[in-house]
Amino acid sequence: MTFASFIAQLLNGLAGASSLFMVAAGLSLIFGVTRIVNFAHGSLYMLGLYGAYALLEGLTTQLFAFGGFGRTPLGFWAAVVIAAVLVGIVGVLIEVLVLRRIYRAPELFQLLATFAVVLVVKDIALAVWGAEDLVGPRAPGLSGTVTILDRRVPQYDLALIVIAPVVLLALWLALSRTRWGALVRAATQDREMVGALGVNETWLFTGVFFIGSMLAGLGGALQLPREPAHLGLDLALIADAFVVTVVGGLGSVPGAFLAAILIGVVKAFCVALGTQSILGFEVSFSRLTLVVEFLVMAAVLVARPYGLLGRPPVLQRAAGEAAPPLSLPRWPVWAPVMVLLAVVPLVMGHDRYLMVLLTDIFIFALFAVSLHVLMGPSGMVSFGHAAYFGIAAYAAALLLKRAALPMEVALLAAPAVAGGFALLFGWFCVRLSGVYLAMLTLAFAQIAWSVIFQWDSFTGGSNGMIGVWPSGWLASKSAYYWLALALCGIGIAFLWRLLFSPFGYALRAGRDSPLRAEAIGIDLRRQQWFAFAVAGALGGLAGALFAFSKGSISPELTSIALSTDALVMVLLGGVETLTGPVAGAAVFTWLKDELARRTEFWRALLGLVILALVLLFPQGIVGGTRQLWHRLRRLLTPPPPLWGRAGEGGASHQVPRVQTPHPSALRAADLPRKGGGDERGGGI
Amino acid sequence: MKRRTVLGFAAGAAAGLTLPARAQSGPIKIGELNSYKVFPAFLEPYKKGWELAAEEVNAAGGVLGRKIEIVSRDDGGTPGDAVRVAEELLSRENVAFLIGTFPSNVGLAVADFAKQRKTLFIAAEPLTDKITWDQGNRYTFRLRASTYMQTAMLVPDAVKLKKKRWAIVYPNYEYGQSATAAFKKLLQAQQPDATFVTEQATPLGKIEAGAVAQAIADAKPDAIFSSLFGPDLAKFVREGNQRELFKGVEVFNILAGEPEYLDPLKEETPSGWYVTGYPWSEIKTAEHAKFLAAYQAKFKDYPRLGSIVGYSTVMSAAAAIKKAAALDQEKLVDAMSGLTHSTPFGDITYRPLDHQSTMGAYVGQLGVKDGKGVMVNWRYVDGKDAMPSDDDIRRMRPTN
Amino acid sequence: MTATVLDVRGLSKAFGGVRAVDDVHFTIAAGELLALIGPNGAGKSTCFNMLNGQLRPDGGSVQLNGRSIVGLPPRRVWRLGVGRTFQITATFVSMTVRENVQMALLSHHRRIGAVFARAGDLYRDEADALLERVAMRDQAERVCGVLAYGDLKRVELAVALANDPKLLLMDEPTAGMAPKERVQLMELAARLARERQVAVLFTEHDMDVVFAHADRIIVLDRGKLIAQGTPAEVRADPQVQAVYLGSGAMYGHAH
Repeated sequence: MTFASFIAQLLNGLAGASSLFMVAAGLSLIFGVTRIVNFAHGSLYMLGLYGAYALLEGLTTQLFAFGGFGRTPLGFWAAVVIAAVLVGIVGVLIEVLVLRRIYRAPELFQLLATFAVVLVVKDIALAVWGAEDLVGPRAPGLSGTVTILDRRVPQYDLALIVIAPVVLLALWLALSRTRWGALVRAATQDREMVGALGVNETWLFTGVFFIGSMLAGLGGALQLPREPAHLGLDLALIADAFVVTVVGGLGSVPGAFLAAILIGVVKAFCVALGTQSILGFEVSFSRLTLVVEFLVMAAVLVARPYGLLGRPPVLQRAAGEAAPPLSLPRWPVWAPVMVLLAVVPLVMGHDRYLMVLLTDIFIFALFAVSLHVLMGPSGMVSFGHAAYFGIAAYAAALLLKRAALPMEVALLAAPAVAGGFALLFGWFCVRLSGVYLAMLTLAFAQIAWSVIFQWDSFTGGSNGMIGVWPSGWLASKSAYYWLALALCGIGIAFLWRLLFSPFGYALRAGRDSPLRAEAIGIDLRRQQWFAFAVAGALGGLAGALFAFSKGSISPELTSIALSTDALVMVLLGGVETLTGPVAGAAVFTWLKDELARRTEFWRALLGLVILALVLLFPQGIVGGTRQLWHRLRRLLTPPPPLWGRAGEGGASHQVPRVQTPHPSALRAADLPRKGGGDERGGGI
Repeated sequence: MKRRTVLGFAAGAAAGLTLPARAQSGPIKIGELNSYKVFPAFLEPYKKGWELAAEEVNAAGGVLGRKIEIVSRDDGGTPGDAVRVAEELLSRENVAFLIGTFPSNVGLAVADFAKQRKTLFIAAEPLTDKITWDQGNRYTFRLRASTYMQTAMLVPDAVKLKKKRWAIVYPNYEYGQSATAAFKKLLQAQQPDATFVTEQATPLGKIEAGAVAQAIADAKPDAIFSSLFGPDLAKFVREGNQRELFKGVEVFNILAGEPEYLDPLKEETPSGWYVTGYPWSEIKTAEHAKFLAAYQAKFKDYPRLGSIVGYSTVMSAAAAIKKAAALDQEKLVDAMSGLTHSTPFGDITYRPLDHQSTMGAYVGQLGVKDGKGVMVNWRYVDGKDAMPSDDDIRRMRPTN
Repeated sequence: MTATVLDVRGLSKAFGGVRAVDDVHFTIAAGELLALIGPNGAGKSTCFNMLNGQLRPDGGSVQLNGRSIVGLPPRRVWRLGVGRTFQITATFVSMTVRENVQMALLSHHRRIGAVFARAGDLYRDEADALLERVAMRDQAERVCGVLAYGDLKRVELAVALANDPKLLLMDEPTAGMAPKERVQLMELAARLARERQVAVLFTEHDMDVVFAHADRIIVLDRGKLIAQGTPAEVRADPQVQAVYLGSGAMYGHAH
């Protein structure tokens, strides 16, 4: 590479980093203050781009383009700013209408709501702007190029390179010189402190949502001269935005700036290097662009667990965030369900489709439960759980097709392969915590995906593999149904039992209080590492079953989309209950199937149904149903006045979720503490 | 007591879920599945296309004395969901056979499913060569000209120009890889002195267009072969135009003349590019004129290539039923083999050799007219003229 | 006095330029209650965190029964017989009181890796016995997340006792408790120390508690050890009086 092309590619990288920085900075601010993992941030970016297009092109006969105003530099920049502000307002609407109602829900639950928003926004954009890509105009006044070292550099690229630091400076000033900024910084460091200071959290959150969304909209609008508005923008961007946010360090705006530049420049240089010969091997850096941001993230997180400029979070105070205890479903509940499911093929076996749908549900139930073991009791959220599902599916297919092993052997060996990879990836992941951990799991999943996706000769590349059918005795849908029911049932039972073994208790101990766990001799990392492997292996069992049930596999099985589906299932059902993920998997799979068949705008409908469920059951479907049931029971059988009263007032929202063995325990909890010490004093 | 109630209730619920579809003497149902929400730009016109075809078939009295009914489903764009949807169409809706699909991996998965269920499947759009060659099977037929065929259609023009230094840019997945491999092989066979100076594999939908344009310019090619489409194509064109990458450089881009991808470019359309596509406004054949008039009358919109694909797929389905004169799968498959019928692109034949239809594509150059992209100097290339030798195909295609 | 359990020499730790703990020496014997006092920011918690392995000292030695424990992680220090309670209670809030103690017992008996046993059935009686000792037996079934703060402190003590420690580190064990409860808890600690020959090191803001229960007292100020001796000696020390003068903490309540 010559010096001139080096400089030119550096400028390309910087220009590419500009919008990415703005989007990531917005995401970072929102996460820092509200702790919401905002999946809809990419949708806001997309709206920014569509909005700017609509202002400049879509309404040519209307107000804005009047007298060619949209074709003047002033008109262009006005459109960009107006689009950004409008997107900010959309963000406020999302916050006020949806998120504000569920701040008290368990951690990450808001993610589910933003996932639903993504679905709705996408269909709205489709309905409003249509399916065709919309190519915007070049920026008036900046449509030409500047020659730098004999290379033509678009003027607009240079403008973007200048705008990013200006936005950074403005944000920095706002954060360091204003009272609002001080509150944002305080909340980022320690959310409860802001509440304690008597600040109106609601307006702080709304304000942050406005600014964050506006930045996403600005990032999108600024891309108009470079990128057509299209419906794939939301998902194309959201992963990158998260990567930049995490590489920079959550909550750090300068970190986001650095990370955006790092990733933008690395990408540009991968393109520039093209195919190089290294030590006699042909290395295609160009093909590496598929996954390079995730490689950068993995490297940064392994070296710096809190990103480039992030700081370890203040120790979370346990009070008020305590997860409720878990309880196993009792046999009068599960035994009839299993019997019923086991006889379904006898009665309904002729309906192959019902067999297929229920088999899918069993498989996803196991998959969701395996993720829940990590998310719930172990306190490790995984954004990349599909890695193990997909790896096992591929292992099963490869063992069957290439190693020519019997299908039964392949089916049972595949989870071990997935477990092995989980052991490998987990070793790195358990050294992190929180969203950093989650993002590292995502990085590994993406790396696995890109290898499977590109290794044409071994995995079939993007086309995947076909002919992965089960043995003859399992060929009928009913037989396979029973196999799936049995294996998924055993898998789920094993995982649930595991949670009540000393091993599982130690995991929960580590989640509840890492400090205490370590102080009583528990090697927390090792526990979490093994939990990772177990969850990976059982998620892998689900994947292998899936492969044989479909007859074909493709890289989607390790994709972000499938990892997200698993998260959605767990959250939808309720992360604080054991049966929640099963219910979530069933409801989500069934809903998707049912709605996709019924209506054209099924995606928006699915989103709206999820939103409704989110608002109705902030504890998830199972958690919420249980709460309703408790309330109902209390209404029907008025309890003795003494503890009934205290139960409502004393232990707040926790009481309905606590498994109370008998009323006397409750009474002890909620009576005034006065005098209690005296009685016990006698015992000492 | 209580338990029995639970059991009874649940069994009732299960039964309610699955009202067994009774064999109907009414219309013949054809199961259609596609990734409508993932590729709406192509598939919305596609849907209009098959709606029109079904209407015409029924207006002409249907087939075998019965009307046809298309039962359409969204397959979510993933093979796993698609296979489930296909099962639903077969066992719940009792469709006669399956048509549709867009992405290659979904097409292949449904093809394999069709083989397993011994059911006819007419793949509409998946471009992968494998569906009719390496991984072809008895029950699967494909309408669209494959990646290889589209590429082969451009090669004669490329050879004529005698350019030596070629740069290649392609979306980094099977379609782009196959197009690239086919192009390199075909070009070098006829022009051994051609060299490939750079190869850019860009992530689908996420091209770093500025960097790619710059890297290609730095390699100083005198021609470029591209298989980009959609937003990637638009970004690449804009960055290349701005940097004057295409000045003095010949560019070949399969699919870029399809209205789905060409129309968004508007005044940015790069003149002189060699492309495959569909110049809908200029085709004057009787078949096309009739189709165009009917389409515009029904939808008040012009057809895209997707419209042709949707329309022709259903026409193939109807013709197959008519020829088989039965709904038996083996008879349908036998009827498909060698089936010839008329489409807006002229007559096409599903070759017995590999179950590939001979539907071709229009090859020409891009130009700008009234601020819009158009195809100029175009000609129709029949699909049968863009095939490898029969022996080559026999070597690739598994015997079954 | 009996055998020395803990021998600390030249213990030092600096954060940035600040010497949080500077050349601290002291010993504790089995059965002895040693109080570590000092004004806020004197380095008490830092000192504690170095003793149980949470922080690595910059210099100095810490010997437990003649064995150096510097650089060992907390879980290893615990295995050597060091129990600990925290200034802000750290319990497993999703578990019952009994389960909290069972966890410590499971770890002590190295059964944490078991995947088929039911944790709730293991060491139940032992856990109840420990709870009996801290007068929490009647609340064994309650979930820690809903307990009053004083009760949590007692659960912590029961957990800390589960591995039969030689040394008990209690960081402000009575903070947040009613005065009567404080007395009871410290009496309990004192009894444990004597009966089981446990060495107890505790920090405390409440000077009444300190002077009533400690056998000996060491005083930290700005990281340095400024006095040590019996309660009477420390009370009479002019340097200690100077440090606490004006704060009123020496004779009144710190809270």
